[in-house]
Amino acid sequence: MYVMIQERGKGAVMFEWLNVMREGVSEAWMPVLQYISRIIVPMAEGTIATLQVFIITIVLSIPLGLILALGRISKFKILRDVIGVYIWLLRGTPLMLQLFFVYYGLPNFGIVFDSMTAAWIAFVLNYAAYFAEIFRGGIQSIDRGQYEGAKVLGFTYWQTMRRIILPQVVKRVLSPVSNEAITLVKDTALVNVIGVGELLRAAKIAVSRDAVTSPFIVAAVFYLVMTFVLTKLFNYLERRYAIYE
Amino acid sequence: MKMIEVKNIHKSFDGLKVLKGISMTVNKGEVVAIIGPSGSGKSTLLRCINHLETIDRGSIYIEGHAIATEGKDGKSQYVSDREIRKICSRTGMVFQNFNLFPHRTVLENIIEAPIIVGKVDKRKAIEEAEGLLKKVGLLDKRDNYPSQLSGGQKQRVAIARALAMKPSIMLFDEPTSALDPELTGEVLKVMKDLAEERMTMVVVTHEMGFAREVADRVIFMDEGEIVEEGAPSVIFTAPAMKRTEAFLNQVL
Repeated sequence: MYVMIQERGKGAVMFEWLNVMREGVSEAWMPVLQYISRIIVPMAEGTIATLQVFIITIVLSIPLGLILALGRISKFKILRDVIGVYIWLLRGTPLMLQLFFVYYGLPNFGIVFDSMTAAWIAFVLNYAAYFAEIFRGGIQSIDRGQYEGAKVLGFTYWQTMRRIILPQVVKRVLSPVSNEAITLVKDTALVNVIGVGELLRAAKIAVSRDAVTSPFIVAAVFYLVMTFVLTKLFNYLERRYAIYE
Repeated sequence: MKMIEVKNIHKSFDGLKVLKGISMTVNKGEVVAIIGPSGSGKSTLLRCINHLETIDRGSIYIEGHAIATEGKDGKSQYVSDREIRKICSRTGMVFQNFNLFPHRTVLENIIEAPIIVGKVDKRKAIEEAEGLLKKVGLLDKRDNYPSQLSGGQKQRVAIARALAMKPSIMLFDEPTSALDPELTGEVLKVMKDLAEERMTMVVVTHEMGFAREVADRVIFMDEGEIVEEGAPSVIFTAPAMKRTEAFLNQVL
């Protein structure tokens, strides 16, 4: 054996050794891979619930946040104050508490939602408050000259907002919005406290049933894939908006 | 015909009196230059004419239409926002800082208002915009963004943008003050061309050469008042007032 190795030279030895390693490793990993293939279906189902909360929250909280932002800077003091209190409440208390309130608290007032509905209602209301502040900051960062430039051309307030101000705001808020979107992917894990079968819950069920930790790793990979896609998407948007300035 | 008529207008910012009873008229085809030291209220006066600032007392008429009239208590009363927009749309304005829309190309900057506000057909708006760009010598920049232009080019685009709304009065608020000295000439040239077409113009400026050469009338303002007005030949060579003379000695 030793002689044989001597004859074949160093490179071949290395190759041989790697081969042994690979076979050994893949044999050792076989049961893990088999196990993962068993739990992947429930975890994928959990991911669908996660994506559901994510998409509904993004689709509804961004427009709601924009409306709140416009109200927050309107000339009506009462409206400004009411929205100010709303933002203070929603940003000032834990999201989990808000989830509990919508799911367990509102039924006391005769308002009952199933767990998924309660989840996205709480998320939409909460994220809208954060988006409102991001958009308000974005709108107020636009130079006053832009409003004046539009005004002297005869634009109404809404034409100015829609055609001149908001398109510029989009570019400025992209990076904070991308932050929020990535946080939201992970915050969706919270909804398992009211019994929504999302990704982390699927992992937890597998972990406690089978007394292994690999489902957590699989869950982490799922989250990483989702945030990776989001990061790429926002990078693309930022590049697209970089054509001016 | 009186294109602009302001009567006895007063304006304060937080108790600081900026305009103290200004009255003036601008006739059709006339080029009026407003000069004076900084803080004299000349920019504020211009901004009051097209409602970028509101006045406290006095009245303003554009082409005979009132946008603000003096009430019984002496305070100014404005007509409705819609009417103000309609009347003020007869004026075009050029700012010191251009205020171009950075997210729109040069061409888009010019056609935006005709399409959105004027409801002009897009193809027609583009056609007219290209004509205006040719006039200000920037047709080759039609697809550039403002950030890719020099200050002088930006200001010429801003002039074209204002002209696209076919105003009968052009207001210029220190149009060359933000420009490097070597770039002021190209902007003043465009303004001079406009003056030769008998556009009614009010120009707040520090360019005494332009005021002297192009203006039909020069108004000298100081401390919120019109100190003196008259033909440039008179104001620049034989001013009647000491303050005018002192100012001109400083800047000339």
